[in-house]
Amino acid sequence: MLSYILRRVAIAIPTLLLLIVISFLLMHAAPGGPFTSERPLPPAVLANIEAKYGLNQPIYVQIFNYIGGIVTEFDFGPSFKYKDRTVNDIIANGFPVTLTYGFLSFLVAVLVGGALGIAAALKQNTWLDYIAVGISIGAQVLPNFVMAPILVLIFTLWLGWLPGGGWNDGAWQNLILPVIALSTSYMASVARLTRSSMLEVLHTNFIRTAMAKGLPYRVIVFKHALKPALLPVMSYLGPAFVLMITGSVIIDMYFSTGGIGQFYVNSALNRDYAVMMGITILIGGLTILFNLIVDILYAWVDPKIRY
Amino acid sequence: MKFSKSYLLASVVGTALLSTSAFAAGVHPETGEKLADEQTFTYRVLDEHSSFDPQVNEDVDGSEIARNLFEGLYNQDNLGNLVPGVALSHTVSDDKLTYTFKLRDNAKWSDGKPVTAGDFVFAWRRLASPELASPYQWYAELMSVENADKIVKGEMKPEELGIKALNDHTLEVKLTKPLPYFASMTTHSSTFPSPSWAIEAHGTEWTKPENIVSNGAYKLVKHVPQETAIMERNSNYWDNENTIIEKVETLVINDENIALTRYLAGELDLTDAPAGQFPRLKKEYPDQAVVFPRLCSYYYTFNLSDSGLKEFKDPRVRKALSYALDRRVITDAVLQAGQFPAYTFTPAVTAGFKVPDVDYAGWTQAERDAKARELIAAAGFSKDNPLEFDLVYNTDEGHKKVAIAMTQMWKQKLGVKVNMNNMEWKTFLNERRNQNFELARGAWCGDYNEASTFLDLMNSESGYNDGRFNNSEVDDLLDDAKSAADPQPNYTRVEEILAAEMPIIPIYHYTEDYMMNTQLKNWPIKNAEQNWYAKNLYKVAK
Repeated sequence: MLSYILRRVAIAIPTLLLLIVISFLLMHAAPGGPFTSERPLPPAVLANIEAKYGLNQPIYVQIFNYIGGIVTEFDFGPSFKYKDRTVNDIIANGFPVTLTYGFLSFLVAVLVGGALGIAAALKQNTWLDYIAVGISIGAQVLPNFVMAPILVLIFTLWLGWLPGGGWNDGAWQNLILPVIALSTSYMASVARLTRSSMLEVLHTNFIRTAMAKGLPYRVIVFKHALKPALLPVMSYLGPAFVLMITGSVIIDMYFSTGGIGQFYVNSALNRDYAVMMGITILIGGLTILFNLIVDILYAWVDPKIRY
Repeated sequence: MKFSKSYLLASVVGTALLSTSAFAAGVHPETGEKLADEQTFTYRVLDEHSSFDPQVNEDVDGSEIARNLFEGLYNQDNLGNLVPGVALSHTVSDDKLTYTFKLRDNAKWSDGKPVTAGDFVFAWRRLASPELASPYQWYAELMSVENADKIVKGEMKPEELGIKALNDHTLEVKLTKPLPYFASMTTHSSTFPSPSWAIEAHGTEWTKPENIVSNGAYKLVKHVPQETAIMERNSNYWDNENTIIEKVETLVINDENIALTRYLAGELDLTDAPAGQFPRLKKEYPDQAVVFPRLCSYYYTFNLSDSGLKEFKDPRVRKALSYALDRRVITDAVLQAGQFPAYTFTPAVTAGFKVPDVDYAGWTQAERDAKARELIAAAGFSKDNPLEFDLVYNTDEGHKKVAIAMTQMWKQKLGVKVNMNNMEWKTFLNERRNQNFELARGAWCGDYNEASTFLDLMNSESGYNDGRFNNSEVDDLLDDAKSAADPQPNYTRVEEILAAEMPIIPIYHYTEDYMMNTQLKNWPIKNAEQNWYAKNLYKVAK
């Protein structure tokens, strides 16, 4: 197992390097640059700015310096747009925000979705199943960009219970709407996946054997059926978790949370190269990490899987 | 160019009178209105501003913040006229090249240090220095400060800039050429003073709330990037006694519809009315939906360079396209937010600018249409041989609506075939700058309130002349206007040439459409540049 983990980590390094180089090249290939504006800068001014940020060097030197900065000093460079701040500052400010509401949304999605899915599978074709399936389909067709305005309309404008946006250092009032908006569609997916894989497992031979043996239903479900039923759910949850904690542009935009999802999109539009690279690397690194964690969990859940 | 003594006297006396009245009574000292208990002004900003550093900032949101945190030589009043800031008055030498500013001796930084002429010298040198590499370095050149261009190019040291502190309260600026509106350019935030000691102590971190030192009516107390900046009264500000708003808060909200929702929920005092919603808002909230003119022009520019369409080289074609546009339909039916149809590039609200009577502005639309048909036929186009070209705008719902209306009018009236394209902003700018277009959208807002801020774009030497219009008479008139006692005749002539040559199609002049809390008073509605100062605002009780 340990050698497997080490091997995966070893592969992760060239993967990340490749990600950096390709993103860097793609980004510089986009027309316009960070200092393209409605008022074109006089050439002398532009030259000064490009010299300051090292943009006047050949692109391979820029990539080399960039990677060098990360490896030696963990320095992801300055933001071209927000001139008082570095990429490290921006991520240090924004990532805790997205991590907080993303993690909470993940918990809600897993707990509520999982419970709904299991309940529906156990009571297949009963009213409970129909309600659970109804809720999950309903939630699936309400993506966060639809949920967010509806929630704000109801809870902010009509009822006046909760603020329509802002982060306010993560006060609970400011957390509720973003978490609901972000978690609903994930919750629906978790519910449907859990239900179908649970149903599949409940119809396998080893469950039938357990039933025949006269084991209590509770033991069958929680000890024998749940673990294998979770496998497909888990492979969904790994990437979903990364997506959730790295922030949703819609949530950040709609609730003005100050999370990094918004910075990510704005940095692409502003051609703020360093910020865009920094967040790409963060998301890339987390994706690799959580895929590894999911694979390790597989082995733990399913004894048939050995690396 | 000197403030009259009587004005100065009046303001000094006025200040003395005001400072004796107390706001604790909760009544406005001049108007007698009952003031609200909570004097917090919260407004929406579209995006996080680029910097709190006055010399580094490059966006409108940031300069609004800078105007509250810092104070330059002059401020603007509610009409956009110059009023004393740190400078009390100034004199101009006979050759109009040397400006001597007299600074007030009671101006202080938020840490209690006095504001001196040296702080301006430091700031302006900083603005021009290649080391700081401010995107607003060009502003130092635009102000024609001596040696600014050479310093920007790295040929001279920042210390050689034409600005000098004669003593702590006398500042001398030398220009390379006479600039009649030089004094008004000092209201721009990039010319505000900066505290050398704070910058030397903290480097780029000096704008963090815990480090920043500022000389304006407010000081920064909290900043959460992408969410909010909170400013509170600066007790060291020289006119603090007359400030009513206690706290200024910005809320970063990218989407204007969301901002409107939060405004309606009472979280904001001021936000922009989302495009297309103004008529509805005006109906539902007649007191809160306000509209006023802005110093901005919306136009389309022909590519007249070698890479442009050869058909556009014919002024008859350009004029026909311009005449056939019913601008009233665009402003009244498409945009519906009080915009002004434009027949000249320079907006009517520009200070000291009298809109010239260009020929086609006075015609009826039927006359313009008839003339357009005549011109397009004369240029050799007909139903069987239609003019065809590409039109490009940056991706935006509002621009799309205007473009659709335009192409429809051209199709119906002139049988012209137009291919509409839209591009993401930076790509669009790149293509327009490199003359990779046939007809492109453009918009320009004045950097200062004088017609040359618009018309200089038509100078063949201008870096902003994306259509590459080249007319030596226009160039001469604009150069001459810089030193003319009365530049208006030059501007009139330039606008007439533009109407005759039609290198651009003026479409409309912008308005600002706001939703504004009715408790908020004294907003400078008549200041076309919309330079507002929170220290002049106040909130009345409900």
